[in-house]
Amino acid sequence: MRQKIYAYIEDEFSIFHDFMWKWSSMLNYLWAAMIVIGIVYGAFTGNMTAVSDGALDSAKEAVTLCITMLGVMSLWTGLMEIANRSGLIDKCTKAILPLMQWLFPGVPKDHDAMQHITTNVIANFLGLGWAATPAGLRAMKALSELNVENSRASTDMCTFLVINISSIQLIPVNIIAYRSQYGSVNPTAIVAPAILATTVSTLAAIVFCKIMAGKSA
Amino acid sequence: MGFIVAVSAFIIPLIIFYVVVDGIIHQTDVYDVFVEGAKDGMKTVVSILPTLIGLMMAVGILRASGFLAWISAKIGILTDLFGIPSQMIPLIIVRMFSSSAATGLSLDLFREYGTDSYIGLITSIMMSCTETIFYTMSVYFLAAKVRKTRWTLAGALVSTAAGIAASVFLARLMS
Repeated sequence: MRQKIYAYIEDEFSIFHDFMWKWSSMLNYLWAAMIVIGIVYGAFTGNMTAVSDGALDSAKEAVTLCITMLGVMSLWTGLMEIANRSGLIDKCTKAILPLMQWLFPGVPKDHDAMQHITTNVIANFLGLGWAATPAGLRAMKALSELNVENSRASTDMCTFLVINISSIQLIPVNIIAYRSQYGSVNPTAIVAPAILATTVSTLAAIVFCKIMAGKSA
Repeated sequence: MGFIVAVSAFIIPLIIFYVVVDGIIHQTDVYDVFVEGAKDGMKTVVSILPTLIGLMMAVGILRASGFLAWISAKIGILTDLFGIPSQMIPLIIVRMFSSSAATGLSLDLFREYGTDSYIGLITSIMMSCTETIFYTMSVYFLAAKVRKTRWTLAGALVSTAAGIAASVFLARLMS
């Protein structure tokens, strides 16, 4: 029974994969669907004045929101630039190396992939999305060099993506900005809960990956 | 939960303190470098403004038409069992596909129900501990030219579910 479940997760789940490629251009349909459904539903329920106001007010609101975000975001990127120049980020990258070696046993210690993986994890952790994505893509390319079966993901690739998606973030900078824009009494009250929740989701990811890696090895 | 809120209040000042003092110790021109880095933040925000306008407009239309309220009421019977407010379901689904569309829906929830309400707290925590599953998978696997992704999707769903459960639990403690 157990074996069956593992086999199912391993193979049968892949029927979703073909859909996934189409979903990479999903946002176009999602966006169009939201607008079409909204306007048609509004027309039938007689809410067209509200729909009209809603569209215009929301666009205006996006601009005021960005003004709040300018402050919070710049504060954070400014601070992270200090951490970058002072060598603090390099130090963090070195500190997590042993953990990364445990998570990715198939990657040799001094292989490029290891460096890109740690850079990606640290950048995500510090909320530097613009630095995280290029490093992540380079990590995937380096991992595919190590991969024997080309079109099938290696265990390390799966682990890398699951952990990436589990979201490892120290400070949810955007959410704090949104909260202060929408009148929160205490925008940063969610910082500790967010760290706890992100720890839970990442631990779940690690446990899952270790179990699956053990089964498929 | 006063304790969680109290800890939260310390984290950001401590990070600022640590980064600045560490910078001074390593002889960095902290202020000049800060200003330079802050420019990057401004560029990032300005570059997401068009996306934000587009998505907030779409969500604004959906909310004003009454459709969001209607669909939430329909699925409410099911979700009440798990303690997840039905208003959150559209956000949870969209979160897996698009980060910016999820942002649009989150902002709508903040506006409708308040940032510090039960719904507002779950939204805040959940958005901080989940990622866009399908977008990330397609971009990264495309880069590696991989088609058979094995247990990645299953793992991503497990970790997202754990994150959502933790968000609901923590929000309940706080409110």
